[in-house]
Amino acid sequence: MIAHAFFFYFFSFIAVVSAIMVTVSKNTVHSVFFLILDFISISSLFIMIGAEFLGMIMLIVYVGAVAVLFLFVVMMLNVAKQKNTWFKSSTNSAHIPIGLLVSIIIFFEVIIVIGGWKYKPELSNKIVVSDITNTHSIGNVLYTDYIHLFQLSGMVLLVAMIGAIVLTFRKREGIRRQSYFKQLSRERNDGVSLVNVKSHQGVKIDD
Amino acid sequence: MDYFYTLILETYKILFLLLPLLTAVAMIVWLDRRVWAFVQKRKGPNVVGPFGLFQSLADALKYIFKEIIIPASSNKIVFILAPITTMTLALISWAVIPFSEDFVLANINVGILYLFAISSLGVYGIIMGGWASNSKYPFLGAIRSAAQMVSYEVSIGVIIINVLLCVGSLNLTDIVLAQDKVWFVIPLFPMFVIFFISALAETNRPPFDLPEAEAELVAGYQTEYSGMMYAMFWLGEYANILLMCAMGSILFLGGWLSPINIYPFDLVPPALWFIIKILFLFILFALVKAIVPRYRYDQLMKLGWKIFLPFSLIWVVLTAGFLLYFDLLPKV
Repeated sequence: MIAHAFFFYFFSFIAVVSAIMVTVSKNTVHSVFFLILDFISISSLFIMIGAEFLGMIMLIVYVGAVAVLFLFVVMMLNVAKQKNTWFKSSTNSAHIPIGLLVSIIIFFEVIIVIGGWKYKPELSNKIVVSDITNTHSIGNVLYTDYIHLFQLSGMVLLVAMIGAIVLTFRKREGIRRQSYFKQLSRERNDGVSLVNVKSHQGVKIDD
Repeated sequence: MDYFYTLILETYKILFLLLPLLTAVAMIVWLDRRVWAFVQKRKGPNVVGPFGLFQSLADALKYIFKEIIIPASSNKIVFILAPITTMTLALISWAVIPFSEDFVLANINVGILYLFAISSLGVYGIIMGGWASNSKYPFLGAIRSAAQMVSYEVSIGVIIINVLLCVGSLNLTDIVLAQDKVWFVIPLFPMFVIFFISALAETNRPPFDLPEAEAELVAGYQTEYSGMMYAMFWLGEYANILLMCAMGSILFLGGWLSPINIYPFDLVPPALWFIIKILFLFILFALVKAIVPRYRYDQLMKLGWKIFLPFSLIWVVLTAGFLLYFDLLPKV
């Protein structure tokens, strides 16, 4: 039990410190690295409470895919320089009240969630059930009771993806594309022809 | 007291797994070069030790005594962290690999997800190395590599879903035991082929070694690295290749199960069968390196997104439909 507590505080300490470092650190790429560290320690916390499926999905989706894209954007756009200028100029501090508002809302949401938990303790006891793994139990509710919500969220993601493609797609003219089927189905006759060249007359190539 | 005893026992087990693994990585580099040379009718490394077996040892010594050069304009912490990340990620994934029914370090419920998660983290070592070098070629190489690994991970994920549909569990031991009657390579042969090719791309092996295409990018993300730090990248890469071979043999070739369960074959210890299967897949990897020319980058992306992903998705639907129609779905 002591070991359990020790590891809990270890991971949560790393999670909190790296969450603070995400906002504090000057270099944006470092921010993203701390964000990744935060994700990893939170997924370790998930695994510690026995939700190993959620922890692994968190690793795969957030760290393996989302954070890679973050890192790409940050590296490509060179946001590092911009961020420093934002903080130096006191005139451009419009983001502070918005950030405060968002964090207050999140704070009250967390209080409501925890309050509900305290108010109806049988809700939290209901979650811990039987000997089937939590992958099975998530699957059992996700694909039966909540199938419509699940499909709906999938549709939302699909729409977002299509939207991103539509926004960035532009048809470029004058590009020679490679077609494997055309290449492979080319016969000898299509490319080469034997010509008897008469002396002093030559051949016309462009026909 | 009891707790410390467990701690010491686990440490012993980890060392018992890691030391042979690192030796195996060194030997596998030698094997790779020998197979490569054999196909091209050269001799390969044959000077140090019998058949050149100690070549990797000599190389390792050379790397240890070489100076580690850290570029002045690099981001030093990230620069040093990058090879350590690659190496660590390559080694910790071996914790869940079952060598036989009772010889596995951590028999966790979501073993295959763990493997998948760790291999998707592998991108970071490369991106960090490329970015921290603060130089053109490493950065380009890192970006290429990240895009490539992310793309091919998607199709590997879908292939894993195919296998999981037939097993009904995420546990690696269960996956192997489900192949008791027939290895999944037979019913899911097209998936095995796609898995093999995606594994080549995932580990940046030829013909998909664009991140280190020497004609274009010097050595890609490794350009600025030297000495032991380069060797760590290199060890991590080969440990990853071995891991992919192990994953392939667990998912498709029946892990530690013997091919025919009759008298002379069941005397062989299960772990040995597993190692033989890994070696078989690795020799295939090495042969591909020797005989296939490098892909162009747009061809690589086209293969990953437009051919492998739709094909493996269709195969998921087919597998699920087949299992449902013949009532073969695994019972929970």
